[in-house]
Amino acid sequence: MLIVACIKQVPDTTQVQIDPVTNTLVREGIPFIMNPFDTHALEECLKLKDRFGCRVAAISMGPPNAEATMRKALSLGADEAILLSDRAFGGADTLATSKVLATAIAKLAEQDEIALVICGKQTIDGDTAQVGPGIATRLGYSQLTLVDRIEELDMQGRRIRVRRKLEGRHEIVEAPLPALLTVVREINRPRYAKVPMRLMAGTAEIQLWNNQILQLDATTIGLKGSPTWVSRIFSPERTTGEMLGDGINDPVGAAGLLVDKLLEKELLAL
Amino acid sequence: MQPNPAIIAPLFIASLVLFAASLYRRFRLVRLGQPEERFDRLGARFRAMLVYAFGQKRVLRKPFGFNHLVIFWSFIILLLANLEFMVSGIFPALSLARLPASIYGPLLTCFDIASLLALAAALIAMIRRCIFPPYPEGRTFEAYFILTLIALHMAAFFGIHATEIALGRATVDAWMPASSSLAQLLGNQREPLLESIASGCWWLHAVVLILFINLLVPYTKHLHIITSILNCFLRRFELPNSQPWEEFAAGRSYGAAAVDQLTWKDLFDSFACTKCGQCQNVCPAGITGKPLNPRQVIYDIKLNLQRNGAALQQGGAAAVPLIGSAGAGSVAEDAIWACTTCGACMETCPVFIEQMPKLIKMRRHLVQMEAKFPEELLNLFENMEQRSNPWGIAPSERSKWHSILEVQPFEAGKTEYLFYVGCAGAFDSRSKQVTLAVATILNAAGISWGILGKEERCCGDSLRRLGNEYVFDRMAQENVKLFQEKGVTKVITQCPHCFSTLQNDYRQYGLELEVIHHSQLIDELLQSGRLKLKQQVTDLGRLVYHDPCYLGRHNSVYTAPRQVIATATGSAPLEMERHHNNSFCCGAGGGRMWLEEFLGTRINLTRVREALAEKPDTVCVSCPYCMTMLEDGLKDEQAGQVRVRDVAEVVAEGLR
Repeated sequence: MLIVACIKQVPDTTQVQIDPVTNTLVREGIPFIMNPFDTHALEECLKLKDRFGCRVAAISMGPPNAEATMRKALSLGADEAILLSDRAFGGADTLATSKVLATAIAKLAEQDEIALVICGKQTIDGDTAQVGPGIATRLGYSQLTLVDRIEELDMQGRRIRVRRKLEGRHEIVEAPLPALLTVVREINRPRYAKVPMRLMAGTAEIQLWNNQILQLDATTIGLKGSPTWVSRIFSPERTTGEMLGDGINDPVGAAGLLVDKLLEKELLAL
Repeated sequence: MQPNPAIIAPLFIASLVLFAASLYRRFRLVRLGQPEERFDRLGARFRAMLVYAFGQKRVLRKPFGFNHLVIFWSFIILLLANLEFMVSGIFPALSLARLPASIYGPLLTCFDIASLLALAAALIAMIRRCIFPPYPEGRTFEAYFILTLIALHMAAFFGIHATEIALGRATVDAWMPASSSLAQLLGNQREPLLESIASGCWWLHAVVLILFINLLVPYTKHLHIITSILNCFLRRFELPNSQPWEEFAAGRSYGAAAVDQLTWKDLFDSFACTKCGQCQNVCPAGITGKPLNPRQVIYDIKLNLQRNGAALQQGGAAAVPLIGSAGAGSVAEDAIWACTTCGACMETCPVFIEQMPKLIKMRRHLVQMEAKFPEELLNLFENMEQRSNPWGIAPSERSKWHSILEVQPFEAGKTEYLFYVGCAGAFDSRSKQVTLAVATILNAAGISWGILGKEERCCGDSLRRLGNEYVFDRMAQENVKLFQEKGVTKVITQCPHCFSTLQNDYRQYGLELEVIHHSQLIDELLQSGRLKLKQQVTDLGRLVYHDPCYLGRHNSVYTAPRQVIATATGSAPLEMERHHNNSFCCGAGGGRMWLEEFLGTRINLTRVREALAEKPDTVCVSCPYCMTMLEDGLKDEQAGQVRVRDVAEVVAEGLR
């Protein structure tokens, strides 16, 4: 039995700035991290591995330098790491990305029966939340998004019941396996890698799958297979608002100014 | 009077053989530990043994230390008397009485006086333990039993010699004032009674002696009479400002989760401890109700070693875990995480037991082998690794503190000093003010300095003290490489943690820097006249100084900050009850800055109350962690009118 964690290496967006001239992300010198939502997806897989003893495969589509993130997945406890990397995959939108990932997962399913695929709810660089559902649709798996708890997993009966975290409410949903879950941060606390595992992961083999292995039609993947493109990225400029007082040197004074302002605007009543 | 050697000889010989065997068994247990070099610098080691063991230098720091000194030296003198007692019991011909009276007489005087002093000191110690025990749980059967046996031993000595004198058998009775006085009291008794007292006392003396060497010394804390002398010889000379380097390679294990993963010196320490409790009386964690008691940690290591020793010697596994809540013989995780690494336990221990590094070794195991640690640390570890600062703030923000000041980047040849701002100095809004004060002072004194700006990385101090040696190791290597590439040789720090890490920890990576804490540099500048204040700082009122552990106890910088304050304000700072090497931690060292204080009361409140007892207007610090802890504590104590100022801020005030 196999559980697949879909992970992505993303730029640490807290450190990303936008080039004001070209309106593109300045990625130079920015460290890459495992997409934070995906760390929860991987953790959920590892918890199931601890519980059911199934194998966990971490899979990612990305450039060769995404190897660092694959090693991190191995150091945390993934049994294998597969990096889908090919120039033909580059520049893909969510449609083309989910096609490549779904094909790779289908290939994994030929070797071992897949119970679950778990993704983070979205990435912090693209923020679309579309790739997970895209994979589920292509594979015909049950699609369970925004999961914050696995209520029950019955491997023999091949059913899963999860709780979805929606705005202002929870929804409990039951579905047959195989299923694809996208998870929110609240589902778990990711573990920390043990040093012997880190050292092992440092030299472990990362499987590199290119399009020769996946055999996809080049016009349906990568930039060519992507109907969406980004025309412009920009930080919205702040047009209103002001700084009140000097909060560092005179916090009491600044708080006073703020209260006065709120009273004046009748946002606060005495 | 002496019983027949045919009875006595086998008894004494068996007892001595057993004594040697039990000591050998003890020392064989110690050999289970990992290797560690403690036989270098022999001259200094012998000196340490003379000063601290035979001179009892650290013991004498405490009021009852003199009492211990008396017992110690009485025992040393009586060692000869007891040796003679046993040897002459086996071979009656080998008696000191055969010596010429001019030697034998003074010897007897020494024995007589030493016995009297030891008897008095043992009684005083018993009374003291009754009324003011060294620590609340100090009234143990073991302690009273040992003291009682000492007293009985001395009483028996007098019984033997007084009856001998009363019976007119002593050759040199004039030489024994105490025994002679007792003999006079016995003078009227009939001879048979005296005879039975004499033989009773002889047997009492013999039995107590056998109990000493076959029970007390090998199997109770009384073993310290041998081991603590050796422990002074085996002492660590360096201040506890660094942790041992760990090599990372496949197949190794890290830290200590079993006694045989500690070093032999760690194990030896556990046999050198006599449970005096001085460490527990100064431990900020223990004092504030956390489940850490350094004395108990050492004792648990000893118990663990005794319980697992046989199995480990046969290559088996330990049955009692070293880390866990199993009770006796195991150290609880909460205790391991409670340590602030302030080093007070090591500073106070009369016999140089090293409590704190053992806890760090256990942390190393928990973090590196089990990934088990308080959950607040997960964020810290990730932030340190990904963004090289504890808060996880974007490294690009590192240079924001000097937005209102023009600052040079460090360039070898162009700038003399690197000002290593540190994470707190660069990101913490309160500490940024200190950074600006330091920068202002450097400029006013015409110092040539530059910064690394966005290239600066965290020194890794907290990681190392928290046991995350693997990530510390990587950060240290990166920093050392960066410093070497940049040609950094002289560094100014404003944080004692950066100061100590760069100066002491990075030495293990082959980097020898001249690191100077800002209080030292400012002191130098003021003393040499390079920095001249425009005015005396008068508005800080009563000012009390708090010693940061990593500046004071860990690096012996005590006078520079005080001198700076004295020069700037015109008067020396007030001292709290605990200061200099006895200072009390703020609660943030050892990575505790990043942990919640869920157990017991807050350490910073204890320290703030101590400061408030001096009725200060200003509490002066020289560490960003102390700054945070004391400011928070003052707020909690509703003493917000009392300000906390860094020494640099005090001086910068005088530059306005």
